[in-house]
Amino acid sequence: MRKTLPRAALGPLFALATAAHAAVMKPPVAPPSVPFTKATVIAGAQFFADHCSACHAVSNLRYKRMGADLGLTKAMIKKSFMKPGGANYLKGMRPAMTQAQAKKWFGLPAPNLSHMARALGPRFLYTYLTSFYWDPKRPSGWNNHVFPNVAMPYILAPWGGIYTKNGKLLVPGRESPAVFDRHVADVVAFLRYASDPSVFERRAIGRYVIGAFVLLSILAYILKKDYWREVWGNRARRPKSSPMAASPAKTAAETVKDC
Amino acid sequence: MSKVIDWFNARFPAREMVREHMTEYYAPKNFNILYYAGSLLLLMMVLQVLSGFFLMAHYVPTSQDAYNSVQGIMYDTKWGWLVRYMHVDGVSLIFILLYLHMGRGLLYGSYRNPRELLWVIGYLIYVLMMGEAFFGYILPFGNLSYWAGQVITSIIHAVPIIGPGLTTLARGGPGVGTATLERFLALHTVLWFLILAACIGLHILALHKVGSNNPDGIEIKDRKGADGTPLDGIPFHPYYTVKDIFGVGVFLTLFAAIIFYAPTMHGVFLERTTFFRANPMVSLPDVTPPWYLAPYYAMLRAVPNKYEGIVLMALAVVLPFFMPWLDRCKVRSSRYRPVYRFMILLMAVTFFTLAYVGEQPPLPKYFLIERLGAAIYIGFYLLLPIISRFEPTRPVPERVRS
Repeated sequence: MRKTLPRAALGPLFALATAAHAAVMKPPVAPPSVPFTKATVIAGAQFFADHCSACHAVSNLRYKRMGADLGLTKAMIKKSFMKPGGANYLKGMRPAMTQAQAKKWFGLPAPNLSHMARALGPRFLYTYLTSFYWDPKRPSGWNNHVFPNVAMPYILAPWGGIYTKNGKLLVPGRESPAVFDRHVADVVAFLRYASDPSVFERRAIGRYVIGAFVLLSILAYILKKDYWREVWGNRARRPKSSPMAASPAKTAAETVKDC
Repeated sequence: MSKVIDWFNARFPAREMVREHMTEYYAPKNFNILYYAGSLLLLMMVLQVLSGFFLMAHYVPTSQDAYNSVQGIMYDTKWGWLVRYMHVDGVSLIFILLYLHMGRGLLYGSYRNPRELLWVIGYLIYVLMMGEAFFGYILPFGNLSYWAGQVITSIIHAVPIIGPGLTTLARGGPGVGTATLERFLALHTVLWFLILAACIGLHILALHKVGSNNPDGIEIKDRKGADGTPLDGIPFHPYYTVKDIFGVGVFLTLFAAIIFYAPTMHGVFLERTTFFRANPMVSLPDVTPPWYLAPYYAMLRAVPNKYEGIVLMALAVVLPFFMPWLDRCKVRSSRYRPVYRFMILLMAVTFFTLAYVGEQPPLPKYFLIERLGAAIYIGFYLLLPIISRFEPTRPVPERVRS
């Protein structure tokens, strides 16, 4: 108890650092192969807005930016994603729960998830979200294999089911494991996008930029080959040395002979 | 038009400069792929200045706002992500190019008489570049930045007597904070950068005074034609300018592929822990330097005593300065020095193994590799004067092979 108290007081980052450490210790479970596309990100964002943003902010990602990146209109964003009271279209995604409430209910504020996928990696997030187990000793009743003594209760239990520490299913969830895993992967896809919102823009223009440089390389190669024909044919042009260029050459050659 | 040019040239030595450094600068005709690195480094410096300018225009050097201002560049600024990825990935590419460029110099004996000063200035650029990278590394003020700033500035603490005072001076206070960010920004963008840029200028001037070496390590100026130009030399412009444009095209293709498809390079170019805000209350499980400084960090860790570790690391940084005087062989290029070639390759493998180990958590299983690596690294420089005097050499050709 003595050890856990200061940890709670130090805030979420300490816990996350521990989590990052745990990630090093335990090989993460590979997420199911879901394509990281706009569709999966939108599905994940929908789930996030419906459930996760009750507590978690994504303060760096503005609703407007998200709409522009994912191809959603302002009306769609307002209707489906701006659930928490006080959400502003021009500002970052905010949670419904206040920091004071979080401190009162869970002991520490719910972390801002803006950079979480970049910081911990999507594979870790996926493993973390599927590694909760029922632990009656914890105040919330929940514990996690890869994040021991986590403060977050397992809000995904109604979908994924409740397991014991040994992996025994206590209460089956609403969804089959395969469907549930897909949903978790969607949420992780959204967090991945949220931590790196330029990803779709980058992918869209990347091929053209690379194509332009490949074209430049090909043209430059043809040009180079044309010039270097003179070198290989021993016909390289030799402009007459100006006195300035000749003198240092001579001294350098002399120094070499001295050595 | 020619009248305007004449008017200009009568008042400024533009024509002479172009002749001296481009059209009448004779370079050996047998440059290989490693010789692209030099001109690409120059290109990268220009790109860093450009991207750095735009980053600085949006950056706030205070401990409160630095992290958010950088995230503002990433999230809210038009093309901000492109500029930041250019700048961040550019650093790693600069160090890749630097290692290729220096490895090239070691392989072909480009540090030997009369190019000692060229090597010393070049190595100084590398050392300055490590400082420049370190200052830049602290600025985004992620948690890794904060702790790396604490750890690296605490190295100065080991200096006898004046160490504690120097540390406070470097940090601008007892700890890393706003004052540190402000002075690091000033160093990164003004003072340190200007010294670095001046050294690059000196490096090119020194090169053009002594002329380029080549993979065969023979002096092209020893064999001149009737017109007084080296037989194995060709004018830098147009032959090497067109060749370097091709190199630039291929390099920019790779650069764009990294920026657009793998900007963090899986946590190698942009570390995961930089995505946590700086927090003095939360120390990281292990503070590791970026990959390009990791070999020195591995050597620092190889010794259990802080002071001895710092001495070893300083020695590792300083020893290559003396390379021109440590090598006593009559032959320059490793093409004709099988023993030396083996030593260089062993050195390269050791260096990058140390880089890998330096990135790992400090576990006992790495201690042996760290110590062995440090021993090989230091041993290379200590044994070179003896080995190079007695090593067997192959006959060196009279003219460059092409």
